[in-house]
Amino acid sequence: MEFIISIFLSGISVGGQYALIAIGYTMVYGILRLINFAHGDVFMVAGLAGIYLTAALPLYLSLPLVLVLTVALGFCIERAAYKPLRSAPRMSVMISAIGVSYLIQNTATYITGGQPMTYPTIPFLSDTVTIAGTPTKWVTILTPFLVLALVLALQQLINRTKVGMAMRAVAKDFETSQLMGIKINSVISATFIIGSALAAIGSMLYFTNFPAITPTAGALPGLRAFVAAVFGGIGSVPGAVVGGFLIGICENIVKGTDFTVFSDAFTFAILILVLLFKPTGLFGEKITDKV
Amino acid sequence: MIEKKNRKGAYTALLAAALVLLAVIVLENVSTFLPKEMVPGVLRPTSQLFSVLKKGAVYSLAAVSMNLLNGFTGLFSLGQAGFMLLGAYTYAIFTVPAAGKDAVYYLFGGSAIKFSFQDIFGALFGTGGAGGAVSLVLGVLTAIILAGCVAALAACLIGLPVLRLKGDYLAIATLGFAEIIRAVFQWQALGPITNGANMIQGFPTFSSFNITGADGKVAFRLSTFVPFLVAIVCITVIVMLINSSYGRAFKAIREDEIAAEAMGINLARHKLLSFCISAFFAGVSGALFAMFVNNAQAKVYTTTMTYEILLIVVIGGIGSISGSIIATFLYVACSEWWLRFLDETMTIGTFQVPFLRAGFRMVVFSIVIMIVVLFFRRGIMGDKELPDLWKKRPRKAGKEGAQ
Amino acid sequence: MSENVLHIENVTMQFGGVVAVNNLTLDVGRGEIVALIGPNGAGKTTAFNCVTGVYEPTNGRVDFLGRPMVENYPQGKMEKLYQGENKGKYTQKRAPSPDKITQLGIARTFQNIRLFSALTVFENVLIAKHMRAKHNVFSAAFRLSRAEEQRMRREAMALLEEQGLDHLKDETAGSLPYGLQRRLEIARALATGPSLLLLDEPAAGMNPQETQELTGFIKQIRGEYGLSIFMIEHHMDLVMQISDRIYVLDFGRLIAQGTPGEVQNNPRVIEAYLGVADDAEN
Repeated sequence: MEFIISIFLSGISVGGQYALIAIGYTMVYGILRLINFAHGDVFMVAGLAGIYLTAALPLYLSLPLVLVLTVALGFCIERAAYKPLRSAPRMSVMISAIGVSYLIQNTATYITGGQPMTYPTIPFLSDTVTIAGTPTKWVTILTPFLVLALVLALQQLINRTKVGMAMRAVAKDFETSQLMGIKINSVISATFIIGSALAAIGSMLYFTNFPAITPTAGALPGLRAFVAAVFGGIGSVPGAVVGGFLIGICENIVKGTDFTVFSDAFTFAILILVLLFKPTGLFGEKITDKV
Repeated sequence: MIEKKNRKGAYTALLAAALVLLAVIVLENVSTFLPKEMVPGVLRPTSQLFSVLKKGAVYSLAAVSMNLLNGFTGLFSLGQAGFMLLGAYTYAIFTVPAAGKDAVYYLFGGSAIKFSFQDIFGALFGTGGAGGAVSLVLGVLTAIILAGCVAALAACLIGLPVLRLKGDYLAIATLGFAEIIRAVFQWQALGPITNGANMIQGFPTFSSFNITGADGKVAFRLSTFVPFLVAIVCITVIVMLINSSYGRAFKAIREDEIAAEAMGINLARHKLLSFCISAFFAGVSGALFAMFVNNAQAKVYTTTMTYEILLIVVIGGIGSISGSIIATFLYVACSEWWLRFLDETMTIGTFQVPFLRAGFRMVVFSIVIMIVVLFFRRGIMGDKELPDLWKKRPRKAGKEGAQ
Repeated sequence: MSENVLHIENVTMQFGGVVAVNNLTLDVGRGEIVALIGPNGAGKTTAFNCVTGVYEPTNGRVDFLGRPMVENYPQGKMEKLYQGENKGKYTQKRAPSPDKITQLGIARTFQNIRLFSALTVFENVLIAKHMRAKHNVFSAAFRLSRAEEQRMRREAMALLEEQGLDHLKDETAGSLPYGLQRRLEIARALATGPSLLLLDEPAAGMNPQETQELTGFIKQIRGEYGLSIFMIEHHMDLVMQISDRIYVLDFGRLIAQGTPGEVQNNPRVIEAYLGVADDAEN
């Protein structure tokens, strides 16, 4: 029983963290139809920034600064690597994303020397708490609530504000919304800013549980989060959240068995099964090709 | 009239391929025939040049096979590394000599597959001298073809359900399959076949093809020639396919699925065909890759490898075979050879050049890639082939940019 | 005896609760030019898509050359939703894919031109020859069926010459002017060797002179290739000039049919196009 609870707890927790990253993927995809391969690396940079900044500054300064830096990085990537390619074939933009991912990973290797770095302990988050006889960290308990709160706030933003309306319009029809006078560049920037900010928060939560950061530390959570986004129907924020939690739980269940090698494979197998029955994910919009 | 033009082109291409092969043989044998002190550093057998050439040949086949699918049929698939893994393992499993199996599979008490292809051919043709050479060539060839077939079979099984997916969903599903295949090959329960998460080694590699004299020294090098030969043969087949009626059907599917269907092209069948053929050659390139790195290990064939190949394809130009080949060699040479000096600290007089230390090469390399991606949006070659360049200028250049 | 090439019987196409085509029955006789007209959104293209296999009709039957080609009857969820009159009339389900239908001998063009725009004019036509070629992927790739390939090329070239497009054969299709793209799309459809040609708004976006040329062109290909033609068109002068018979569709229902003269004077048609007369007075 305790074993089951602990699996379930860590599943929800890591799932919430995937959800935060997945939102970044799904929002960017919704608007630009771009798989932002660099998003996982932005997440990793947020972790590295956390390490370097907390070493130099007190926590109450460094954590907000991490957020600001990550947002700036996301913004700059969009401006430098994606904006110039707005009229280029879609594949070029995707390749640009892979290129950025390379650049970030290689630069991180260069700076850190490729050695794993240890994420600082954030007080409170790392404190131990016992739930139903299972000791765990506060972050595990906190993550799902934090994620839900953030997602609700994001939903309000998307559905109630002017920026949100612009986002929905651009996601629906890029060109028409441009004609309607929506400044798509600022909408796209806003998307990247939101995505990066959520990734930064995700990194604080994630690396408290998995404190070793290597230059490729973003790749795997990034891939899983992306799978989560596809799972929920890429382009849909609630879908990404549901997908994130499902993937997190699945992964931890498999890790609790003898088939640990298959934890990612299992996730993919479920994804493929879902796609076969719902070709655009759980909440994705149907693709219609008008004849 | 059209046929005549095509035939002339074919002869030119054949001649070019023969010249390339000849050049490779000459290059790599300079060191065997000239006295040691006269051989320039680049042409010594240990030179980075040959490593780049070998890897370039292997990767160009991988890139071209990916281009067949992504560039010519318009199916965005990210399963390349998975098919290469299947090829690499198939090759490795069936070519480790029976005598060497116990050493490789010591953790699992020997291999479940007790034979190897060159042993079988060795029993027919003998193992020493010319007979040994024949059985080596036949054994390796059989294994390479089997490697392709296994990958193609897997593609066929995967493709039946997955190819109904559209666009990026297809990409993520194929990527998922590659990951699943990788996990299966790392599974300890399959250890007697796959050696679990450990590498398989001790099979014939490129250097096995070097001809050694009686004194045990290499008398004639063929280790770069072999990957070039296989890659050229395979790429020729792919080019012939693309220029055939089926190639046109693939391009029609890429251009407009609905119109292609209205032209009587069976979408499911042609997509599956393209997927399997692409996987076949990916499998072959996987086998070559195993020969290049002297081992087969599942953890190498990650999504990063697929991305790398996709990067090459796009840099070369989606839908351009010659673009893929050129981009491969530039990519490999750039990342492994030309920029190597950036990794070493350098002092000019007393001045220590800043930034230069381990890892800087890859930073510069990724910046170079970003520059290429941002300024050559359609890749180096666009969708043109090399011979198109010295034909007449493209008509209506203005229309090109619009698309 | 006017034998029917195409016979559509009680075809209904429903998308969820929306009935795009409602109980449509019509015929296209051998050698006839039949037009399907109606206001925008009347369901004309949907009717085409039901014939060409793009959609599976919710209910109804399509016969081609006297043989049933598409048959469907509502079942399961659709049976409850289905609003038409012919519940469960057919017992056998046939829904061939578009490529099968093309192979049977129905070719089509599209409302918004769908050429293979990066390929040359010649290749566009050549692709249509692929489905009937007797070769497999090995014999094609290894040039073992060279005679077949040459025959395909010869036929495609001959067709381009007949259509007066041969001087453009090496141009990329996407670079052609609009009118020629329409011509090429028709040529490409002809290359599949059809006995029935479906044209979806062939004159869309053409000026009066181009439309006039198209009128002659359609008549000419009917004669030359022994075709029956079924078309959707908005240019009334074109429709009235060349159609043998006209069907009028409004809100998915057939509201009138007959010769151009009959249809022109039908009050329901005028109403559908111009709105109810009362509206004008109020």
